[in-house]
Amino acid sequence: MIAFKLAYKNLMGAGLRTLLIVFVLSLAYVLIIYMNGLYQGWDRQARIETIVWEMAEGQYWHELYDPYDAMTLNDAHAPVPDALEASAAEGKAAPILVTQATIYPEGRMMGAMLKGIDSRQKILSLPTDKLDPDSEEITAIVGTRLAKAAGLETGDYLLIRWRDVHGTFDATEVKIERIFNTTVPAVDMGQVWIPLRKLQEITGMQGEASLIVVDEVPQEGSTIAGWDFQGHEVLFKELEEMIQMKSIGGSIFYIIILALALLAVFDTQVLSIFRRQREIGTYIAMGMTRKQVVGIFTVEGGMHAILAVVLGAIYGFPLLLWTQKAGIKMPEGTDDFGMAAAEHMYPYYSLALIIGTIILVMLATTIVSYMPSRKISKMNPNDAIRGKIQ
Amino acid sequence: MKNGSIITIENLVKSFPIGGGEFTALNGINLTFNKGEFSGIVGPSGSGKTTLLNILGSLDTPSRGQTNVLSTSSGQMTPKISATLRKKHIGFIFQTYNLMAVYTVFENVEFPLLLMKMPASDRKKAVLEALEWVGLTDKIKSKPPQLSGGESQRVAIARAMVKKPDLVLADEPTANLDAENSHHILQTMEKLNKELETTFVFATHDDKVIGYLRRIIRLEDGKVVSDENFNK
Repeated sequence: MIAFKLAYKNLMGAGLRTLLIVFVLSLAYVLIIYMNGLYQGWDRQARIETIVWEMAEGQYWHELYDPYDAMTLNDAHAPVPDALEASAAEGKAAPILVTQATIYPEGRMMGAMLKGIDSRQKILSLPTDKLDPDSEEITAIVGTRLAKAAGLETGDYLLIRWRDVHGTFDATEVKIERIFNTTVPAVDMGQVWIPLRKLQEITGMQGEASLIVVDEVPQEGSTIAGWDFQGHEVLFKELEEMIQMKSIGGSIFYIIILALALLAVFDTQVLSIFRRQREIGTYIAMGMTRKQVVGIFTVEGGMHAILAVVLGAIYGFPLLLWTQKAGIKMPEGTDDFGMAAAEHMYPYYSLALIIGTIILVMLATTIVSYMPSRKISKMNPNDAIRGKIQ
Repeated sequence: MKNGSIITIENLVKSFPIGGGEFTALNGINLTFNKGEFSGIVGPSGSGKTTLLNILGSLDTPSRGQTNVLSTSSGQMTPKISATLRKKHIGFIFQTYNLMAVYTVFENVEFPLLLMKMPASDRKKAVLEALEWVGLTDKIKSKPPQLSGGESQRVAIARAMVKKPDLVLADEPTANLDAENSHHILQTMEKLNKELETTFVFATHDDKVIGYLRRIIRLEDGKVVSDENFNK
């Protein structure tokens, strides 16, 4: 308790120097929380949007299906298993057939993925109700990104060429029924959605699918032959890695701020110990052990971090709250990275993040304060009392 | 330890390494201090006064020989034991006062009692009493930079005396004071010595201090050259 009282008095006595260090430390707190909150918010938002638009609670993949391997895609299809057929009929599963295609917007040639999906499905937010499996012409929906890249508008006809199950090329025009806006690039960029039945017909893959989206995680141990269930832990792996990579890049900024603040604390400690030799000697003469004096100086340095929490809370709390409510406008092209990014990103400041940051900064400050304070334990109190240590 | 004595020193040698050799600051000191003494170690600069005082205050240890301060021998002296000895039984007064600038007069005097974990109400009483001894009850809220040299040294005396120690060690306490303040300080210490029976040991070469001492131990080149008692 004496250590805290004394530390507080000394810090207050140092005036502007303390204020500056405390301010920079508080900046480190706020920036760490803000940057990590932004990434956590992005992660959260991307997860929610991806679940709603693309993944649902998981996906059964045909055993050969690999979204990143174009060479196996042509063989990655099989009849929808009975169990999942029944789920699809109840609206609990949505089979999707995937095939490679080429589109010719305005005479240009672009690679695309042709995806067939049941127009009655409600699991994903795709506006599949606009797809008419019974009409003569093939109806299609595309996202805004593809529409922009290919210059498409609602009502346009788009020429598509594909290969059927026997490898024969065929082509037809599809009518763009709806251009939807989504934050999930994976269901938009280069994706043309048409009714499942139509795609099965034109490819000769009747009753087949490449993957089946489900709205319930299957019971543990239940398997379907020829199909592999991919849960969130697998489906989000890439997203998490990407966010982690971005968060490491972003952390450089606040690491520099934190390093500057810690350097200031270290410097202050060194100066303080040199300048206050007499005080150190007097503490020892009055009956404190060197260890206790080291403790006083360590607490004093560490207290910068405590005061910084208070200062950081004063200006940081409203600032962070505001960013959480109003969100941060993301620059155009952010979703070109391939992950879901809304126009506005809403940071998410979890309690664990706030407490973790406070502990990290306090710990770092205490260690940095302790390092120069160790010199006290080697001081000769007689020389210290007379201020003779160089 | 001899009857009535609170400090005994036998064949004390203290040397410091200097360059490749050794400098002997104290050589073969044999002394005894009794309870209630008002004594001084006197000698020119470099004679070993402060070194001897630091050994008595357990801030330093002998190179050879034995000391026994308040029933604790130098052989038993661990950092913790010596810290406890200083905390409970020894008060220090320094030439440069060594007050804590960020603390008020009251808090400076209170500090040794905080270390002793004395309850707050007892602490307040003891601090006010100590400040009354030195005549500074009107300055309790002042901070050291607002005090004169004489006032600062009186605060230092109050800080040394507040725990009513058995032994007070004063190293050149008047060196930074004018004659009037020096006499005031010395009279205060003499009064406390008589009223509380506290043993005072000074290290000094100031004639004003020497005039008040009842025992003068003269040191020269680390050796006791005379030890005289005076009836005052």
